[in-house]
This record gives sequence, structure tokens and C-alpha cells, in this order.
Amino acid sequence: MLVQILFWAFAAVLVGSALGVILTRNPVHSALSLVLCFVTSAAIWLLIEAEFLAVVLVLVYVGAVMVLFLFVVMMLDINTEELRSGFTRYAWLGWLTAGVVIAEIVGVVMARSLGVDVTKGAEPLPADYSNTTELGAALFTQYAYPFELAAVLLLVAIVAAIALTMRKRPGHKVQDVAKQVAVRPQDRIRIVKMDPEKGA
Amino acid sequence: MPETDFSLASVAPALPEIYLTVMVCVVLMVDVFAGQTRRGLTATFTLLTLAVGAGLTAMYSHVGVRTTLFNGLYVADELAWVLKLFGFLFVAFALLYSRTYLNDRGLLRGEYFVLALTALLGVFVLASANSLLTVYVGVELLALSVYAMVAFDRESGIAAESAMKYFVLGAIASGALLYGMSMIYGLTGTLSIDVLADHLRGEPSLGVILGLVFIVVAVAFKMGAVPFHMWLPDVYHGAPTAVTLFISTAPKLAYFALAFRLLAEGLQGLVQDWSRMLAALAVLTLIVGNLVALAQTNIKRLLAYSTIANVGFIVLGFVAGTPAGYSAALYYTIVYVLTTLGSFGVVVLASRKGFEADELDHYKGLHARDPMLAFMMMMLMFSTAGVPPFVGFWAKLRIIQELWATNHPWLVVIAAAVSVVGAFYYLRVVKLMYFDAPADVPDTERQTGVRFALGLNAVAVLVLGILPGPLLDLCARLIHQ
Amino acid sequence: MLETFSTAWYSLPSYARSTVWIVIITVSLIICVALLTLWERKVIGWMQLRKGPNRVAIFGLFPGLGQPFADVVKLLMKEIIRPANANRFLFRIAPAIALIPAFMTWAVVPLSPELVVADVNAGLLFVLALTSVSVYGVIVAGWASNSKYAFLGAMRSAAQIVAYEIAMGFALVGVLMAAGSLNLGDIVRAQSGGPLSWYWFWLFPLLVVYFISGVAETNRAPFDVAEGESEIVAGFHVEYSGIGFALFFLAEYANMILISALASVFFLGGWLSPFEGYLPAGNPVTDWLMAPSFFWLGVKIFVFLFFFLWFRATFPRYRYDQIMRLGWKALIPVTLVWIAVEGVMVYFKVGPWAAAG
Repeated sequence: MLVQILFWAFAAVLVGSALGVILTRNPVHSALSLVLCFVTSAAIWLLIEAEFLAVVLVLVYVGAVMVLFLFVVMMLDINTEELRSGFTRYAWLGWLTAGVVIAEIVGVVMARSLGVDVTKGAEPLPADYSNTTELGAALFTQYAYPFELAAVLLLVAIVAAIALTMRKRPGHKVQDVAKQVAVRPQDRIRIVKMDPEKGA
Repeated sequence: MPETDFSLASVAPALPEIYLTVMVCVVLMVDVFAGQTRRGLTATFTLLTLAVGAGLTAMYSHVGVRTTLFNGLYVADELAWVLKLFGFLFVAFALLYSRTYLNDRGLLRGEYFVLALTALLGVFVLASANSLLTVYVGVELLALSVYAMVAFDRESGIAAESAMKYFVLGAIASGALLYGMSMIYGLTGTLSIDVLADHLRGEPSLGVILGLVFIVVAVAFKMGAVPFHMWLPDVYHGAPTAVTLFISTAPKLAYFALAFRLLAEGLQGLVQDWSRMLAALAVLTLIVGNLVALAQTNIKRLLAYSTIANVGFIVLGFVAGTPAGYSAALYYTIVYVLTTLGSFGVVVLASRKGFEADELDHYKGLHARDPMLAFMMMMLMFSTAGVPPFVGFWAKLRIIQELWATNHPWLVVIAAAVSVVGAFYYLRVVKLMYFDAPADVPDTERQTGVRFALGLNAVAVLVLGILPGPLLDLCARLIHQ
Repeated sequence: MLETFSTAWYSLPSYARSTVWIVIITVSLIICVALLTLWERKVIGWMQLRKGPNRVAIFGLFPGLGQPFADVVKLLMKEIIRPANANRFLFRIAPAIALIPAFMTWAVVPLSPELVVADVNAGLLFVLALTSVSVYGVIVAGWASNSKYAFLGAMRSAAQIVAYEIAMGFALVGVLMAAGSLNLGDIVRAQSGGPLSWYWFWLFPLLVVYFISGVAETNRAPFDVAEGESEIVAGFHVEYSGIGFALFFLAEYANMILISALASVFFLGGWLSPFEGYLPAGNPVTDWLMAPSFFWLGVKIFVFLFFFLWFRATFPRYRYDQIMRLGWKALIPVTLVWIAVEGVMVYFKVGPWAAAG
């Protein structure tokens, strides 16, 4: 019962914030609505005992991806007027796509009409069941191959990002930290011995 | 929890992937620690890596019988083995041709080679994919590496623009692929290609067809079939020629594998449905590719539309829907990659520091300036046009034979007609080289080693054309069903 | 009397008991923050050969002890100013966003062998998730203030927290490898056996990295570029006055206490006694000293808090690029190397986790 109430509450917030993402005029508000979306989705996942996914959603998307996203969005000077200029012209395409997607979702929900059996709700799991352990075991045994490939994919992303952004421009000044650390007193100060000045 | 065997003997067929992953890291480290002081070291090391990899693959990872590894996510069969060997070969040649070009433009940096190797890894993953999950990861691995390579020349605005287009459209294609896969997964409850093939026999449901549509769209996009070809001319034109050369080699093998593993293996039960979709795509592709190519003045764009036209033929091989048809498509893919490798090799060699030989006019009178290069280009152009005795002729013939055998007379007529149209623009290049007055452009590149390799490439096109038997037999043997 | 109280207590439903504990913990935290501000000013004063606050007394006793409470009253009475064109809603909600994660995380922190508000399986992940969320207070405040200084502070803070969160996460990966559990209580129990089996000894580099990242995540000196009063006035909270400012202050200090508590739990054995097994058993005094209790956790938190203050008194502020360099090029590689070393140790069964693993 409590779970039901929580689900509907979170679902309401989720739908509300999802609408906020697309309806607010200010891109920063959209991004923040998206953050709220993620948090409530995480809460809904918690309700179906997928605590690992829930926490990782918050950790990765809310904690890292959206922070960088906001970082960029806040710095951009987005002209919303310009963005809206083709709105009515392309609206029919948007409605069409939305209609198709809705039809598909309805189709999946009413999957019986497509000739397949709807999956049943899962049995509640025992208290000592750890979603994290199960996922870890699956990732490192059954799905080890795509898991390792995903790691290579991330490596490619890093290499590509660095190759495409890091450049040494002429005249670009940076400190060489190793040199700074290795500096000795005699490099900076020269002690000069000189005769005391004679009085005139 | 399934027991997982990671013992050395059990993963031996996956040696190419494991070796390549390790070497990606090694090359990266070599570049970090020695690349700055000794330019070109990474390039040499990468070529060495590819040679050793090909040797190791040939010796240790051959499997006689189709086996699956890593809990059925990976399939090792002869097709994958041969595709990987060709992958090593083509990438090695592509990197060899482009070395001077890259060096002249300040692009000879270690990351380029790392990205080339990871792209090759993506090719391998696709060649051995036996699960929708693996397919997707392979597609992304390949695509991400190639996007970065296209944008590699940061001084070039047009390269950045084409990389952006490629990336955005590629992301949409990936989305379509995932969407289709998720629908199929939702309706069958399996990601495994083997199991899918068993599940999807008999009358398909509407949902499966919807999923299939998305998958076909994604495959068509990756291959560059009309109307999902928009990215291809822009990327071929905008990217540095060395990168264009790379894109037109190993990735094509991967996209053949993608189509084969997904459609011909996993969704074989739906062959009626997808073969009809592909037939429509193939007709459009052949017509648009060949007709638009006629109007091009830029050789990179010309070759891009020629690629689209050739993709039409590969798709036709799938339309046949029989093992013989797939083997014709495989043969066509290998032949096409071999020929394009040479053609772009010529374009790379004709360019010098500060000069891109990418206009057709730059090839005027090439014969007078550099007879050897012109002769090689002529052989390659004849082959692509499908003139006997070059290998391109057999490739086209095989496809048309299979279409005839599977009762697609109209497609045969269209394929034959567009081949004639296509011959026109290939021969135009030959005419420019041999019968026009020399253009006032810088000399061609005269590196003996690279020229020798390019010569081998051109000779291969001729020899395989005169003796087509072995390769044809090999392709027929690889497709077993 | 005690008997009846105890029966009444355990006859309450569990959520009621949790609520009581939540109230107790929150109120004590707020009082601790107040005292911490005083302690900070005193410590820094002594380090700089000054006296620190020594005027406001409570009932004429303990000169200086009343200072934080006087400050609270002052801040509460001040006018709240909202800058022109500031975003009304976000400007008001930002201090709350900063404060909530700082308090929420305490739900999973085991305060004593018996006491933890929510004994969840994925406690460590929960902690990581909430510490990463705490940056939103700073970002939202900086953006909503409609002020260049505040905005600069927010941007710096965002970049800094993303960078240090990775190092922090990797340091905790080492901890969870050692403990084999994500539950904070289990992590503490896995360390039992005296100070040498606490993880600080085997995971010393990770402790250092964790604590440095913790200092950076709380935006404390020497990582306080988000405030940077010499360059950008007060950074993200420059436009806040009165209670808004006080809430940011509260969040910062609550986060300090939290990081100290977590460092104690992960690396110094939480509520375990440092004398465990070292003293003769059998008499009440040594028994008490060797028994695990909240007291020991408190002592450890206090030690870490002292480090926070010590850093602030002695280190000059890092420059922005130095912060990035330290985070990406020093701390992350250190954690990666040590995780690899730890993997080897676990494989060869070296160290305290040999028996468990």
C-alpha cells in the first residue's frame, strides 16, 4: 500500500518534471528539471528493489553528467527566439513522431495484441538479496566480453577527446611543475660578495 | 550462475581481439613515452603490430567448426577468421599509404594510429558478434573511432563539419539500431543471435516487423544505402584523404559482417520481409549513386558516390537471400575494398604537402607526368567499372548470377543498366589521365616503398580477375548454412 | 524508570523510532556545527598567536562559548536581500539543496554498533551519490544569483567536484574491495582487530586521496576557489545574506563533519576501539576502553576535523589549474595504482582481508 502511494507520488513528479524539461523556456530550468527526472526515476527503481541501478543513476547522471551539462548550458548564450523560429513549420513532424512513439508504447503495453505474452511482475526478493552482488557477478562472468569492450569504448572516448581538444599553441604559456619543484635556492638568488663602500 | 571458462585454451579463437586490445594500450604507451622525440616511431610500430597480429591470427585462431565463446556472446567461425585477416591486411595497407600524407599535414600523431587500431577492433567485434549486445558495442567502437579520425585535422573547418554530420547522423542510426534491437528483445526475450534464429521461425508478429524496420534502417545507414546515404559524400569529401582511405576499407568489411550476422543469421526467419525492404533500398541506391556520380567534379565525392553505387550491389547480394547470395556479397565487399584501397591510395599519392589532388582536373594528363601512377589508376578504375578481365567484373557478375538464380529479373536489368552508366564516369577519369593536356599541379609523391605496395594492390586486382577461382571458392566456403 | 522507558521505546513502531533518531541526530549536528565554528576560530587563532573569540560568555562562564549562538541570532535577524533579476525560486531553494544531502547522508552512517538509522546494503554507493549531489546547491546558487562573481564560483565548483569525485570514488573502490561489502556497518566490522587491521594501514594512499578529495568536495581551504574571497569576493554565496548565508555555512560545516565521519568509518575503524585486544580484559575501565562505542567514532571525527582546520590555517589556496592537475594527474593515478596493488595483495592473501577473502 505504502509502496503504491510512493509509486504514484514519484510517478507524478516524474511526469511533471519531464514536462518541465520540454516546456520551460529557459534551458537551465530544462536541465534542472531533467535532474529532478533522474532523481525521481531513481526513487522508482528503488521501489522495485533495483538499488544499484538507482544509486548509479544518481551518481553518474545527476552527479557527473548533468553537472557538466549545466556547466555548458549556463555558459551558452542561447537565443530562444531563434530556436523557436521553425517551431510551427516543423510542428507536424514533431506530432507525427510523437504519435508513432505513443502508438508503439501502447502497442508494447498491450503486447497481447502483437502476439506475445506480457511478462509477469517479479516475485519479491528475500531481504539478503543484493542487487549489486548479482549485477557484479553477471558482469564479470556472463557478460565479461561486452563489459571489457565497453571499457575499450571508454578508452577510445578518452583518446579521441584528448586528441581533438588538446593542442599546443605557439605562445601558450604554462608552468612546468617539475621544474618549479626542482628549483634550488642558488637558481634564484645569487649572493654577491662586495667590498664595503668607502665613505666619501 | 553459469560457470565461465576463461582458461587460455578456451579463448584462443578470440586471440585477434585480445592481442589487439593489448596492443592498443602498448601503442598508446609507446607514443606517450617515445612519440614526441621520435616522430614516425608509432606509425612503424603500428604497422609491425598489424603484421604480427595477422601472423598470430593465421596461426593460432583458426577454427574448423563454428564455436561460441564467452557464454555465447562471441562466435568463432571461418568467416570471422578470414574477415579479421583481411582487416589486418587492409588496415596495414591503408596506414602505409597515408603515412607521408599525414606527416606532411602535421597529422602523424600517435592517437591517429591508436584510433585506427580501435576501429579495427570494432571490425573484429562485429565480425565475431553472436549477440545483439556485442553487435551494438562493436558498432559503437568502430563508429566512435572513425568519428574522431574524421575530425582529426583540427585546422580544417570542412573536416570538423563533416565529422559533426557523421556523428549526429551516426547517433541517430545507433538509436534506430538500439530501438529495433530492444523491440526484438522485448518480443523474443533473447539477445543471442543463435537463439533469435530459432525463435523467429514462422509467421512474424507486427512488433517483430517494426523492430526489423529499425534494424534495416540502421544497417542501411551504416552501409550508406540511399536514402540513408546523406552523410557519406560529405564525410568522404570533408575528411582528410588518408581518413577517407581508411573509412573505405576495414569498416566496409565490418558492415558486411553487421548485415550478415544480424539479418542473414539472426533474422533469417524474416528473410521474406527484409529482402523486400532491401530490394527497394538497393534499387534507389544503385540509381542515385550512379546518376549523381556523373555530375561530380571532385574525385573524393566521385568515389563517395561510386561507393554508394557499389553498396547497392552488396545490398543486392543480400536481397537474393540465399547462402550463395551472401557469398556473392562477401566477394563483392572484399573486391570493392581492395579496389577502393588502391584508388584512394592513388589520390593520396597524387597529393603533396600543401596540395590536395582532389579535383578531377588535377588528374588531367597524369599519364604524361607520372605514367606508373596513371596506369595503376586506370587498372583500378576499369576494375571498379566492371571491365573484364579485372576482378570487379567477376564481383558484379556473381551478384547478377545470384539475382537471376533467385528469380529477380527486374533487379538484374537495373543492375546491368546502372553498371553501364557507372562505366561512363570511371572511364572519364581514364580519359582525363590519358588524353588531356597535363594540368599545372605539383609533382606526385615518389616514395618507392609505398609505390611498390600500391603496385601490388593494382596487380592483385588484375591477377584476381584473371584467376578468380580461389577467392570465389573461399567466399563460397565461408558462408555455411 | 529506565526499564519502563526502554519497554516503551521498543514498543514504538520502527518508523517512529527512526524519526526520533533522525531528530536527535539532526539537532546534535546543528549544535556540533555551531561549536565547530568556534573551535575553528580558536584553533586558527592559537596557530596565529591570537586568542580567538573570547568575549561572549554563557552565564558569565566559558568566555567565547556563546559566540556561535550570538552569530546565529545575528544572522537570523538580518534582512534577506534578493538581487534584482535573480531567479526567485532557484535563489531561495539553493541553500536547501546544499543542506539536504549533507544531512541525508547521515542516515547510513553507523554511529555505534547498534545505531544506524537505515542499515542499507548499498550504503557506500548511497554516500557517493549524495556527496556528488551536494554540488547542486553551489551551482544553482551561483547561477540564480545573477552575479558574475557568484557564477564564476559556481563554475569553478562544478569542475572541481566532478574531478575530485572520481578520485574519491576510486579510493572507496579500494575500501569495498577490502571489506567485500557496500554496507557501512559491515565495512567497520571487517576492520575489527585493533588499529593495525584498520584500513588506514593497508590502504594508506587511498586514505590520503580520500581525505584530500573530501577537503576539495567540501570546498574548504586550500581548495576553496569557489569562494575565493580575494578574487571573486565570496564566490557562489556572495549575494546571500542573513539566513540564506547561514544555511550555506551550515551545509559546509555539516559536510566537513560528514567527511570526517566517513573517513573514520572507511579507514579508521569507525566505532571500533583503538585499544581492542591491547589491554588486559576483566576490569570495567579497560573493558570500556576496548569495547566499540560511539565515543571512539567521535574521537576520530574530531581528529579529522582538526586536520580540516589545520589545513585552513597553514596552506595557501591552490590556483584553479593546480587543483585540476592535482586531481586528474596525481590523485587518480595514485588510486588506480593502489587498487592494482590491493588486487595483488588480495590475490596472494596478504593483509587483514586474507581470511575473509
